[in-house]
Amino acid sequence: MKRFAALFDRLDRTTATNAKLAALVDYFRQAPAADAAWAVRFLTGRRLKRLVNTRELREWTVAASGLPAWLVEDSYEHVGDLAETMHLLLPDAQKNKPSPALHELIEQQIQPLRQLDDEARKQRVTELWASLSGTERFLLNKILTGGFRVGVSKRLVTRALAEVAGVDSSLIAHRLMGRWQATSEFFQRLIAPASDDDLDQATPYPFFLASPLEDELEALGEADEWQAEWKWDGIRAQLIRRGGQTFIWSRGEELMDGRFPEIEAAAQALPNGSVLDGEIMAWRDGQPLPFAVLQKRIGRKKPGPKTLQTAPVAFLAYDCLEHKAKDLREQPLSERVKALDKVLARADGLHRSEIIAFDDWQALPELQAQSRERGVEGIMLKRLASPYQVGRKRGDWWKWKVEPYTFDGVLIYAQPGHGRRSGLFTDYTFAVHDGDELVPVAKAYSGLNQAEIDRLDRWIRNHTRERFGPVRSVEPVHVFELAFEGIQPSPRHKSGIAMRFPRIHRWREDLGVADADCLEDLKKLLPDLPR
Amino acid sequence: MDKGVLYPDAGGLYCPAGDFWIDPLKPVPRAIITHAHADHARAGNAEVFAATPGIPVLDHRVGGADTIAACDYGQPFELGAARVTLFPAGHILGSATVRVETDEGTWGVSGDFKRAPDPTCAPFEAFACDTWLSECTFGLPVYRWPDTSEVIEEIIDWWQGCRAQQRPAVLFCYALGKAQRVLAELHGRAEGPVWLHGAMLPLTHCYRAQGLELIETSPVSEAEKGYKFAGDLIMAPPSAAGSPWMRRFPKHGSGFVSGWMRIRGNRRRRGYDRGFVLSDHADWPALIRTAHDMGAKRVITIHGNGEALAGFLRDQGIDSEAWNLRQTLSPASA
Repeated sequence: MKRFAALFDRLDRTTATNAKLAALVDYFRQAPAADAAWAVRFLTGRRLKRLVNTRELREWTVAASGLPAWLVEDSYEHVGDLAETMHLLLPDAQKNKPSPALHELIEQQIQPLRQLDDEARKQRVTELWASLSGTERFLLNKILTGGFRVGVSKRLVTRALAEVAGVDSSLIAHRLMGRWQATSEFFQRLIAPASDDDLDQATPYPFFLASPLEDELEALGEADEWQAEWKWDGIRAQLIRRGGQTFIWSRGEELMDGRFPEIEAAAQALPNGSVLDGEIMAWRDGQPLPFAVLQKRIGRKKPGPKTLQTAPVAFLAYDCLEHKAKDLREQPLSERVKALDKVLARADGLHRSEIIAFDDWQALPELQAQSRERGVEGIMLKRLASPYQVGRKRGDWWKWKVEPYTFDGVLIYAQPGHGRRSGLFTDYTFAVHDGDELVPVAKAYSGLNQAEIDRLDRWIRNHTRERFGPVRSVEPVHVFELAFEGIQPSPRHKSGIAMRFPRIHRWREDLGVADADCLEDLKKLLPDLPR
Repeated sequence: MDKGVLYPDAGGLYCPAGDFWIDPLKPVPRAIITHAHADHARAGNAEVFAATPGIPVLDHRVGGADTIAACDYGQPFELGAARVTLFPAGHILGSATVRVETDEGTWGVSGDFKRAPDPTCAPFEAFACDTWLSECTFGLPVYRWPDTSEVIEEIIDWWQGCRAQQRPAVLFCYALGKAQRVLAELHGRAEGPVWLHGAMLPLTHCYRAQGLELIETSPVSEAEKGYKFAGDLIMAPPSAAGSPWMRRFPKHGSGFVSGWMRIRGNRRRRGYDRGFVLSDHADWPALIRTAHDMGAKRVITIHGNGEALAGFLRDQGIDSEAWNLRQTLSPASA
């Protein structure tokens, strides 16, 4: 644990990527494999299943610190991070207690919490708090509360491991995909010089991600070197058929087995050793359904017959990463789509994401402008000669999205942010006119620069009307232009609508409250949902 | 309603018995100024009372030395019907707390104060009062300060680390008080010179002129053209961060010395590599200890969000409330 804490401190004390990389490489070279495996797990954003809930943690903090519960809450509101708040409030640890190894702490102390009763859990955690000091205790709390953001990307961890192993980072990225346990054997395999032959058959390939198109189309070169597709507004997924089994992975590397039985059934027709990249869409009669329909399926682990009936889905394949058990990723897109056509010819239930025929760049803007009518987000442009790369590599895959909708809303509530934004009012609620009232329609967290955030924070503190816990209502004065991707009906919200991905476009200091939009106008954007 | 020995008005904190304001927010005929920080000391008062060791710094900050009456710590003086005594606050050189005795009772007023040792100023002295007006800058239990010597050790280690990499180490801190405290703590523990930003020079000179021993310093402006400051320690006010002035220190490491650095998010947001938790204010335990040491039956929190401290003291049976001195200026509550 000492070594891991020292790694955390090194990572936390620099903003320089190279210094972070060096810290990671040093750690992975020196740490015992059993510890390094857990470090990889946490640093790549994989959490432990929650073993204690935050209510319990707060209660135990109250007990261990001797502070009243309200003061612990006030402190949390101020700090904006529960793990850190607990660490700062707890009494100093006893000195010179031996520090357990990271894997011992997790496997022998933390994971068994699950089997303990409430009193024993409280005792175990309180003892740990008294025995670990400084960064070690802060990290213990981070592990207990689940979140583990330390300013290193998965990509940087991958690069460090590649350097330690002396292999290409795309190989490490592949080994980090899918399901694995944080064991010393896993870490040994992770940094082994060998090939990928012994990977678990459920292991997906790392996804290749497109970048937003910024230049003119013409800047991409000759139009006939490119393939255009619709950009679907669904769930990016990898469909694997190996050894008579089907695996569906989301881009967030979640195994989605059982959730989409119609896709799993269709995938049975795929030959073994096939891996397809594509999109899961709410789909009926060859047409996309609104994203709201797909949302009924997200998070539903075992959909019932009614859900399957009202919210049908389809897999729209657009790439083939493995064919006849052979990794095709180094082959050009033009070859991979031939393989895709071959396998799809045998699997009727799976769909081919349509390729848009176009002769020259001039033809595309008009097609792109039809995106909303077609129920897509825009157009994808892929270089026909491109290999299937790892992560977001610019140059070969571009997404050309339609402009978002915008509206002007009034700031009415604010709440402090978390982490880096703790103690600053950065979570805002915006309202539009509904008759004489202002009714909240969107929450947004992003879009302002630091100077604007600081200015708005000061204003909010000086113009608070009422407090509801951490939330403050403010005088309705400031108008902001917000962008969003769409609107769905929502009985849970007072306004009756829910927005997709609202974010602040700009602070409209030129507008007054009277200039803000009306709910009625927003409602005109509601899609006609199927009954 | 009985307004008490002091109450907030548009000028700040007013004492009717003595017809004076403490740390007034706008020019007034008669002011007691607790210390020279900008949120306490303002120019334009006709008559000013301040602690003797604080006069040179105060004069540098707001001018008007001829209007300032020097008051020795612990020596009472009469202002109208009030008897006033200044006591050392331990905040910065020449900082004071104020005891105001009138027929209505004895009140104690802190400007800012700390209880941790500081080689650049006299230590805080408690005195008995009925009502204690306590600053509350760090009024939450998450604010507990580590030992100063540990923090200085951390600063030196960080500086040595930068030196090993031949990088400049730029340490940000407030130009008045904190900077000189750090320079005094470094004296005898590290090798100078420490390079100083221009904003720190006259203040540091004031401290030296009063006989305080600080580590050797040099103005950055006097470094040779093209000098890279590799491995050197540079001290600058936070306002210099991100300014073109910083281009003189290629590949520098950055640190900030402040009580706010106790919270990780505060440091991350400002983009400093390192945060060093060293404050010239009382931490939570010291705020509570002081409220008890003053023997006050009533505690009023001022400067900062004092609701939590007031609530906590109430739980302990001390009559307590939070005042917001600034709010009395806003038209809404006038």
